[in-house]
Amino acid sequence: MSASFLFRRLVYGLILMLGVVVLNFLLIRLAPGDPAMVIAGEMGGGDQALLDAIRTQYGLDRPLLTQLGIYLGNVLRGDLGQSYFFNQPVATLIGNRIGPTILLVLSAQVLSILLGVFLGVIAARKPNGALSGFVSVVATVGYAVPVFWTGIMLIILFASVFPIFPVEGMQSVRLRGAGFWVKAVDIAHHLVLPAFTLALIYLAQYARLSRASMLEVLGSDYIRTARAKGASERAVLFKHALRNASLPILTVAGLQFGNLISGALLVETVFNWPGMGRLAFESILRRDYPTILGVLFFASAMVVVANLLTDLSYRLADPRLRGKT
Amino acid sequence: MTEAVDFKPESPAREAWRMFRRNIPALAGVVVLTIIVAATLWGTFFYDGNPYRIVWAPHEAPGMTPDFPLGTDYLGRDIFAGLIAGGGPTLAVGAAAAAITMVIGVSLGALAGFYGGWIDNLLMRITEFFQVLPTLLFAMVLVTLFSPTLTTIALAIGIVSWPQTARLTRAEVMKIKELEYVTAARAIGARNRRIIWTVILPNAAPPLIVSATLTIGVAILFEAGLSFLGLGDPNTMSWGLMIGTNRAYILEAWWPVTFPGLAIFLTVFSVSLIGDGLNDAFNPKLRER
Repeated sequence: MSASFLFRRLVYGLILMLGVVVLNFLLIRLAPGDPAMVIAGEMGGGDQALLDAIRTQYGLDRPLLTQLGIYLGNVLRGDLGQSYFFNQPVATLIGNRIGPTILLVLSAQVLSILLGVFLGVIAARKPNGALSGFVSVVATVGYAVPVFWTGIMLIILFASVFPIFPVEGMQSVRLRGAGFWVKAVDIAHHLVLPAFTLALIYLAQYARLSRASMLEVLGSDYIRTARAKGASERAVLFKHALRNASLPILTVAGLQFGNLISGALLVETVFNWPGMGRLAFESILRRDYPTILGVLFFASAMVVVANLLTDLSYRLADPRLRGKT
Repeated sequence: MTEAVDFKPESPAREAWRMFRRNIPALAGVVVLTIIVAATLWGTFFYDGNPYRIVWAPHEAPGMTPDFPLGTDYLGRDIFAGLIAGGGPTLAVGAAAAAITMVIGVSLGALAGFYGGWIDNLLMRITEFFQVLPTLLFAMVLVTLFSPTLTTIALAIGIVSWPQTARLTRAEVMKIKELEYVTAARAIGARNRRIIWTVILPNAAPPLIVSATLTIGVAILFEAGLSFLGLGDPNTMSWGLMIGTNRAYILEAWWPVTFPGLAIFLTVFSVSLIGDGLNDAFNPKLRER
């Protein structure tokens, strides 16, 4: 993998982020009403001193391009504005919430890929078997269920019928002074239901995709060669075939990341998971625009990073691409 | 003397229909979707209940009183009436949003794929930019900034979901524009716009129709998610809103959230069964003589 490729992808990612900043700026300007009022939100709406402070801070009395410059400068310095509801800088607010979201999204991603690919691979062994049929039914069902409703159904099930998993929050209050491992186990325990809910939609897609991809690969000559030289069925499936079938799965995993964050937003709201999604929801109810736009900025940054990582892993997985720039 | 063989090729549309007709899950999807649409359109003629009015004790379980077959919610409102009233806005927004998605996606994708060069480059960069924005979050921002009405919600969903359609259309157009019948159309002097609209796009229709059905499903889920979060049109009942407002009481009563969720699921499920059926019907590999 060449350094120039990496550099170009990084620059491109930065340009995309710049685009998000400009979009945020335009959204505030395009919204009906006085931008200072929009920034202050409903909370500080009536306070003249606050409105004046915002006008000076964002240069709202100056030409549009100057305003954009001021806004860009602020963002570059890490200043995403002030949440007038929480009375905290937006960057701090998001900094406290981004960890739980990343934890949730990554767990769901890993869970859905592992389970989905496993199901897809064993379904591909018998394309017309019962398991294959089951996988395609699950895939269609998984696509059609609203994720927030799945979450609620699981809460009902696990709160009243099988109370083995906590259905709310990320940590138990009673463990406040406990050691690291106790807390880690506690968080993992709380993570089970939200991560599974979020994974369920994508699990189905990965199962379907890897089944199709495996079916294509399993018909190729090198699989026949592997079988002919006496490789075990497991080695053929998981080593020879899956490695070649993994490229489309990787592509989709990268593309899905944005959707995964959207799904996390609903799942966090349902399970009271203290992440960015719930922050976005709370700020939207309070018309706290600096916070909402800050979340949009950070969530987009996560997608850009995920795309970059997908590009890199794609090159690692496919030796044919390695020499190219 | 040999008799001429009477060979009339079946038109592709007829052939697709013949395939579709034999697909039992897809037909089931058509039946279920028809019932749901009919119930939301004409349900009020057969079942008169006001979804907004408090008509009974709160949290009456389903099947306990014949007047309220699916029970009542936390305020004592009729859930079945809510289902009938809430379906219309959900389906209308879903369909409108899908239409907007298709219009933006197909136009931009066709332009990019047909003209190539800097137009393609520019449009694809814009598409990539929109793919970076998490869809639901961006839609939430749009809806709150521009006040939630059914129109803005449909527009917001359309604005965030077109990139995939644009990519698909672009790929199809790039493939088709190299084919001989396009060269033939050019040879008889057809202009670019005419070639795009009357030669290329009709031939790209099958995958686009399949993608349109899937888009409807996604748009319905999207609308449900927005109304669940309380970002729907505050003046209309919808399935997502019913789940959202009853969410706080799920441990006392399961039915007020379960039935609207089932309604959303059944709708999207039947739409996607139809989409799968169309996909198979258009796929020449699966056609038998």
